[in-house]
Amino acid sequence: MDLSAINPVLFVAGFLVAATPLIFAALGELVVEKSGVLNLGVEGMMIMGAICGFATAVETGSPMLGFAAAAAGGALLSLLFAFLTQITLANQVASGLALTLFGLGFSALLGQSYVGIKPPRLAEVNFGPLHDIPVLGPVLFSHDIMLYLGIAMVIAVWVMLKFTRAGLILRAVGESHDAAHALGYKVVRIRTLAIMFGGACAGLGGAYISLIRVPQWTEGMTAGVGWIALALVVFASWKPWRLLLGAYLFGGITQLQLNLQGAGVAIPVEYLAMSPYIITILVLVVLSADKSSAPASLGRTFHASS
Amino acid sequence: MVRLEKRPQASQAFSWAAPVLAVLATMVFGGLLFAALGKDPLASIATIFWEPLFGDFAFYYRPQLLIKGAPLVLIAIGLSLGFKAGIWNIGAEGQYIMGAIFGAGVGLAFYPTESVLIFPLMVLAGALGGWIWAMIPAVLKVKFGTNEILVSLMLVYVAEQFLASMALGLLKNPEGFGFPGSRNLQQYPSAHNAELITGSGMHWGVVAALIAVIFAYVLLARHRLGFAIRVTGEAPRAAKFSGVNPVRLVLFCMGMSGLLAGLAGMFEVAGPAGQITIDFNVGYGFTAIIVAFLGRLHPIGILLAGGLMALTYIGGDIAQSQLGLPAAAIQVFQGMLLFFLLAFDLFTNYRLRFGRAEVA
Repeated sequence: MDLSAINPVLFVAGFLVAATPLIFAALGELVVEKSGVLNLGVEGMMIMGAICGFATAVETGSPMLGFAAAAAGGALLSLLFAFLTQITLANQVASGLALTLFGLGFSALLGQSYVGIKPPRLAEVNFGPLHDIPVLGPVLFSHDIMLYLGIAMVIAVWVMLKFTRAGLILRAVGESHDAAHALGYKVVRIRTLAIMFGGACAGLGGAYISLIRVPQWTEGMTAGVGWIALALVVFASWKPWRLLLGAYLFGGITQLQLNLQGAGVAIPVEYLAMSPYIITILVLVVLSADKSSAPASLGRTFHASS
Repeated sequence: MVRLEKRPQASQAFSWAAPVLAVLATMVFGGLLFAALGKDPLASIATIFWEPLFGDFAFYYRPQLLIKGAPLVLIAIGLSLGFKAGIWNIGAEGQYIMGAIFGAGVGLAFYPTESVLIFPLMVLAGALGGWIWAMIPAVLKVKFGTNEILVSLMLVYVAEQFLASMALGLLKNPEGFGFPGSRNLQQYPSAHNAELITGSGMHWGVVAALIAVIFAYVLLARHRLGFAIRVTGEAPRAAKFSGVNPVRLVLFCMGMSGLLAGLAGMFEVAGPAGQITIDFNVGYGFTAIIVAFLGRLHPIGILLAGGLMALTYIGGDIAQSQLGLPAAAIQVFQGMLLFFLLAFDLFTNYRLRFGRAEVA
């Protein structure tokens, strides 16, 4: 074992990259859950985003167009969930599972001819002299635009939820849909928009994996990141800043176990690969005592007649 | 104006019509999907649903129906108990893997001893493996209130890694020339889950699945525990007042579904699959979720739904080799089925009203 093989600067830069798909997906789900909807289809929407983004980027040669297509793909799939849960009033848990099963299959179908292709690379943002600062430069100023966009969106969602009227309405719908309905807010419309935002974010997260983090296309490549994102929302107790912290924690663990695999630690590869999932469970156990911050209407079906 | 009106009581008739409508809608939209892929839609649908049952080689495919259907029914029966009570074990795939590892592990530990006791021991070990794996989310939920959906799902990924480690390490065939994978249990008579009647596809897993169906039916219709499960799902507050112990219910439902999933994995590895390999699991644990819903969480319904889903697997394989239909298309097809079912289920609890709403 040779721990000195792990370069701390590259490690930190790497875990910022590893955390970004989680930030996107979990942030989207946070908004969805704030509106009182539990969408368990994050994994399905991510993998759809991963293939839509990948295919578009390969066909057009533009990674940014790829990300746009990923957001559209994720949002489109989430509309299916919105239809099931908001219009046909289906059980949200079952619908979310259906979305994941369908997304995994559909992405595999779309991605058949894209296996083994390299996508076009998204260039780093040019920070000029900042890039050349020792240590800080490679860690903070050597990434692509999407990584910074992820952080910017955390701030934007935080501001939106905390300081704007739209955020207040969203939270009201999530806390008590009956009260919000009585005040004249369109519960179904607001929730549908939130679900689509969640889908678009999950799509971006998926595309970040297939276009930047890995970068290639394989079936089922999101490998549970969508589910970890769901756990992350609980971890963050529905607060954007804690979500950012949690994403870096999980990104750090993922990156660390990959680095340890590379460094040839005496622990078998499989057990290292298990670690992010086991740590997710442990974190859930520690944090599940506090349920007070969950939106009160989370997972409940709304129908105006009842 | 069209609007929805809640039915005073859920429609029994529609509850059974919804799956049928969902299957028909899936055939139509699946056909459109196949057409979009450049295949003849009618031929594809016929290949999937007709060929395995009445085609020229039906004598070969019909036994497959039992082989593919048994694990699906076994797992779905367990899942349905929890789903009915609002306890969501969605990690059956992991419990299936652990059951297979435990079962095969016990069998391989005795190799090459021959004894009639080995197979029953493997069955017990398989059940135990699945049960333990399901008890992790159950105990965490009961003790700490942890979300069982996320924990049981995380454990699928852990189990998959564990499977890889076993196939490459502890359970690897010492005479396998370095290839990953265990000894083939089909060549070890004491551990082989052989066909009970040659050529019928009937193995012990099929028997277990049928017993599970009967067991679940009696439990739900006649036993106090079955009543507790139903009342908890339909009216949680009423369940509390009628003295249902939620802790015991979670432990029972999760444990039972894990046990049955573990059994399914064990029967599969000792029979049709034969050996522990890295990718031995093929997603039965997830497809069983569709089976459970399609069967209305009712034991008889699940039996029928399991058969139908097995048909799509076999028919899908045939369509793959004869028409070049991609394997993923069948996965989409199965996912679609669940979508349509959930959508049509609206009319079980609501009905459409035409005309303007009256002021009450």
